Amino acid sequence: MFKRLPEAEGAAVAVTIDGEPFNAREGDSVAAALLAAGRTYCRETPISGAKRAPYCMMGVCFDCLVTVDGVGNRQGCLVRVQDGMCIETQHSKRALGELGS
Amino acid sequence: MRRDNDIAVVGGGLLGMAIAYGLAREGKRVTVLDEGDVALRASRGNFALVWVQSKGLGMPPYTGWTIRSSEGWAQLVTELKEQTGLDVCFERRGGFMLCLSEREMETRAAVVRQIHSQEGVAKYDVALMGHGEIEKMLPGIGPEVVGGSYCPLDGHVNALRLFRAFHMANHRLGVGYRPGHRVEDIKYEAGGFRIQTPRGEVAAGKVVLAAGTANMRLAPMVGLSAPMQTDCRGQIVVTERVQPFLSYPVATVRQTDEGTVMIGDSYEDSADDMGMNLAINAVMIDRAQRMFPVLADVNVVRSWSCLRVMTRDGFPIYDQSETCPGAFVACCHSGVTLAAVHAYALAPMIARGALDTQQVGVFSAQRFHVQKAA
Amino acid sequence: MNAVPLPKSQYDSVIVGAGPAGLAAAAIAGKAGLSTLVLDENAQAGGQIFRAITSTPVKRRDVLGDDYWRGERLVAEAQANGATIVHGATVWSLDRDLQFAVSVLGQSQALRARRVILATGALERPFPIPGWTLPGVMTVGAAQTLLKSSGLVPDGKVVLAGTGPLLWLFAAQVLRAGGAIDTILDTTPRGNYWRALPHALPFALSPFRAKGLALMREVKRKVSVVSNVVSLSALGADTVNEVAFTRAGGAERRIAVDTLLLHQGVAPNVNLAMAAGAAHHWDDRQLCWKPVVDPDGNTTVKGIAIAGDGAGIGGAIAAVERGRIAALAAVEALAPAQMSQLPDRSGVLQALQRAERGRAFLDVLFQPAPQFRRPEGETIVCRCEEVTAAQISETIKLGVEGPNQLKAFLRCGMGPCQGRNCGLTVTEMIAQARGVSPEAVGYYRLRPPVKPVALKELAAMTQTEEAVNAVVRG
Repeated sequence: MFKRLPEAEGAAVAVTIDGEPFNAREGDSVAAALLAAGRTYCRETPISGAKRAPYCMMGVCFDCLVTVDGVGNRQGCLVRVQDGMCIETQHSKRALGELGS
Repeated sequence: MRRDNDIAVVGGGLLGMAIAYGLAREGKRVTVLDEGDVALRASRGNFALVWVQSKGLGMPPYTGWTIRSSEGWAQLVTELKEQTGLDVCFERRGGFMLCLSEREMETRAAVVRQIHSQEGVAKYDVALMGHGEIEKMLPGIGPEVVGGSYCPLDGHVNALRLFRAFHMANHRLGVGYRPGHRVEDIKYEAGGFRIQTPRGEVAAGKVVLAAGTANMRLAPMVGLSAPMQTDCRGQIVVTERVQPFLSYPVATVRQTDEGTVMIGDSYEDSADDMGMNLAINAVMIDRAQRMFPVLADVNVVRSWSCLRVMTRDGFPIYDQSETCPGAFVACCHSGVTLAAVHAYALAPMIARGALDTQQVGVFSAQRFHVQKAA
Repeated sequence: MNAVPLPKSQYDSVIVGAGPAGLAAAAIAGKAGLSTLVLDENAQAGGQIFRAITSTPVKRRDVLGDDYWRGERLVAEAQANGATIVHGATVWSLDRDLQFAVSVLGQSQALRARRVILATGALERPFPIPGWTLPGVMTVGAAQTLLKSSGLVPDGKVVLAGTGPLLWLFAAQVLRAGGAIDTILDTTPRGNYWRALPHALPFALSPFRAKGLALMREVKRKVSVVSNVVSLSALGADTVNEVAFTRAGGAERRIAVDTLLLHQGVAPNVNLAMAAGAAHHWDDRQLCWKPVVDPDGNTTVKGIAIAGDGAGIGGAIAAVERGRIAALAAVEALAPAQMSQLPDRSGVLQALQRAERGRAFLDVLFQPAPQFRRPEGETIVCRCEEVTAAQISETIKLGVEGPNQLKAFLRCGMGPCQGRNCGLTVTEMIAQARGVSPEAVGYYRLRPPVKPVALKELAAMTQTEEAVNAVVRG
C-alpha cells in the first residue's frame, strides 16, 4: 500500500487498469500507477501461478511485467503512463495475438 | 594395477552420459571424467530435436541408425522417469522443415529424393507439402511459406532436462562423476588404462572417449583417430514463455514444453564459442518471423553460440582400438537424437568388449583413411 | 521506417548510464569536444541515486536531503557541455570491437564508439528469505524510487528489514515527508562491529560518520528498531501480512505488516561488462563480482572503461570522481590537446580519495550475514524460474562445479532477469557446498541480448550475405 504525499503535485494522467479508470500522475511509471491505485499484484507467474508485484522498480527483477496497450510482458517500472493507456494484469504466459489461446 | 572402475567414460555430455547409463544398466562399474563448469559443451547448447528427416545423405546406414534411436526413445523416456521422476517431455508427433521460396522448396525436394533413392536406405515416410496442406497442421504460418517437408518420425524433447535426468539416473545407478578431470594423458598398461588428470590418476579396465571435439586430441593416445571439424559454430536464440502456438517442431523453430520458443540452426566457420554474430541472429530470426508472423513482438531473452561436434564428414564415428584393446571412441553431432541407441545399442557392445561390426562397422574412422589412400 | 531515434551511428565516446558517473563523464567528454552520446534506460537523467532529479514532485528539499540535490548540478553540467543524452535506450549488446546494439522507441540499431565508458551502476543485492516474492515485499530502493519519482510513500504498517546505509537514509526520508515506519529489523551481524574496527579510523575522519550517526539518531527517535535480527520470513498467502523474525538466541516473534521493505546493500551491475568480455574477479570484502580495472577504469577489453559503482561500490560522490577520471583518460587518448582546459587529474584523484575514505569500514560493517546470502529449504533463489534453495543444494550434489551447469540443470538464471536476482546467491551456494572460494566457482556466462528485446528488432539488424549463407539451406 502506498499513498501520495499531499505536496506531490502533477497533472493527472487517465489510464485504465483491467478496464477500470484510474488517474495516475504525470511522471508515474506503469508500476507506480498500479501501486498508487492500490493494486496488490500485477501478474501471475507462468510457472506456479503465484501472484507477483513490482519488486525492484529499476528494471532488474521483471516482476512488474504487465500488458500495456495490448503488448504483453512490458516492464511496468520502465514504461511511463500516458493518457488513455490501457494497463492489464497478466495471467500465466504471455498471450500471442490472435493465436494465443 | 588396482582398478575401481570397469570402464572410464571421458566426457560428461549427453553422449558420455548416455553411454555411461547404458553401461551401468549392464552392471558395469563406471566413472565419468568431465571438464569443469566452463567448457565446450554442446549438451548445453543444442536445439533438442529428435530428428530423422534429412539424416543419412551420403551414408545410408546412418538413416537406419537414426530411425532405430528414434524408435528407442519411448523406452528411454520411461526408464528415466522411473529412475529420476523427471519428465523429459519427449514428443514424437512429426516435424517440419519449411521453405520460404520456390528455390528452397526445390532444394528440399531434391534432398528428400536423394536420401530415399540411395541403395539400402531404410524406408520411412516424408511428405512434401504445399502451403495449404501445411497450414492445416500449422495454422499460424505466414504467407511466405511456400511449402516444406513433414516426417511423422520427427520429434523433440527438453534436452536440458534430459541432460539432468542422465546425470541423476547415473548418480542413482552408482556411476561416479568427476568434474574438473580434464584428461591430459592416457597410458595403456597391463591390459588396462591409466588416465592422467590435474586432479589425479584414474585407472580403468576400459576407456570410452566421448569428449566431443576433444576426442581428436585424445584418440591418438589409445591408437585411435577421430578426425573432427573444430570450427563449426551454431547459434540459437530463445524467447520468453508464451502461450502454446506451435504443435509441431520445425527444424529451425520450436516451442518448448515451458513455452519458450527456440530459433536456430546456423552453421558458420568460427571456433569462438563466446562470440555472437548478430547478423546471423538477424537472418535466423527474420526467417522465423516470416514463418510465424505472430512471433514478431515476442521478446528474445537469451542467445548463445556453441561449437558443433562435427566429424570431418558429419557422420558419427564409433571405433575400437586394435593396439589398445578396451579403448573405444564415439563422436557424433546428434547426441540428442541418438541418445537411445547410445544407451541401448552402443553401450552393451562396449560392455561386452567389442563393437559389432555388422551394426556399427560402417561408422569406423577407417573410412577416412581409406579415402586418403584412394 | 520511422526516423532513426539516434542522430548518428558513430561517436567518439559512448557512455552507458546517466547516473552520477555517467553524467560526470559526459560533462568532461563533451567539454573536450568529443562527440559524446549517453545512453540511459530510464526516462530521465539521474540514475538511481539522483532519480527524477529534474522532475520529482517532492519539492521540500529537506525530505530527500542535500546529497540528493547535488544531482541537479551534474545534470546541468552534462547538458551544458553538449553531450547527447538519450533516455529510454536499452543497450543490449556491446562487443570487443566497441560495437553497440541499442533499442530506442521499439527500434534497434548499431552504433560504434571509439571509447566506451560503462556507468551502469549497482543493483540491490538479492535478499532471498522465505516469502520474498510475495506481493507487499519490495526492496528499499524500490520504495525510494516511488518516493522520488511519484511522491508515493508506503502506507499502513511498514517494516524495513536488513542492513546498510540506504535503509537508514530511506527511513529518514519517509519520516521527513510525514510518512510513518513501524519497525526496523536490523540484520547487521553483531560480529561485524568488531571486524570493522580495524577500518574505523579513516571512517571516523570522514564526513560519513557524522552524517550516518545523525541519520540513525533521527530515525531511532520515531521508529522502533530491533537489532541483531538473525532470521527473517515474510508470511502470507497471496500478499504479505506478517513478518516473522528472531534475534540471536531469542524465540521467533511475528508482527503484522502491510509493506515489508528489504535491503542488504548493493552490488555492481555487471551484465553488460561481462557480456562484452571484460574480466571480473570476486571481491571478498564487498562479496560481489567486480571488473578488473586499472586506475583510469580501463577494463581488460581495449577501449572499454567502467566508472562508478559498476566498477565496485564506492557511493555517489566517488562515482562522480571515477566518471571524471575515466572521461579524462578518454580525452587523453582521443584529443590530448584538449586536456589543458579540463580539470587536473591529480585534483580529481584527491577528491576520489576523500570520497573513498571510510568505505572499507562500511563494507565490513554492512556485510550481510551468511544465512541471508545462502538460503536453505523452500526459499526461492531464482525468482524468474522459481527455483528453490533445496533444489539447488540437491542438484549441486550431482557434481556441479559452477553456475553454468546448474543453470542447464535447473534453469536458474535463465529467465528474463538473466541472473541479476540469483547470480550472487548461486555462486555463493556452490562455493559453500564445494568448500572453495566464489572466485573458483565463477559466474554465469552472459551474452547479448543483456536485456530482453523484441524479435522484430533483432531481425531488423544488418544481414550480411555470409550470414544468409550460414542459415539458408533449403
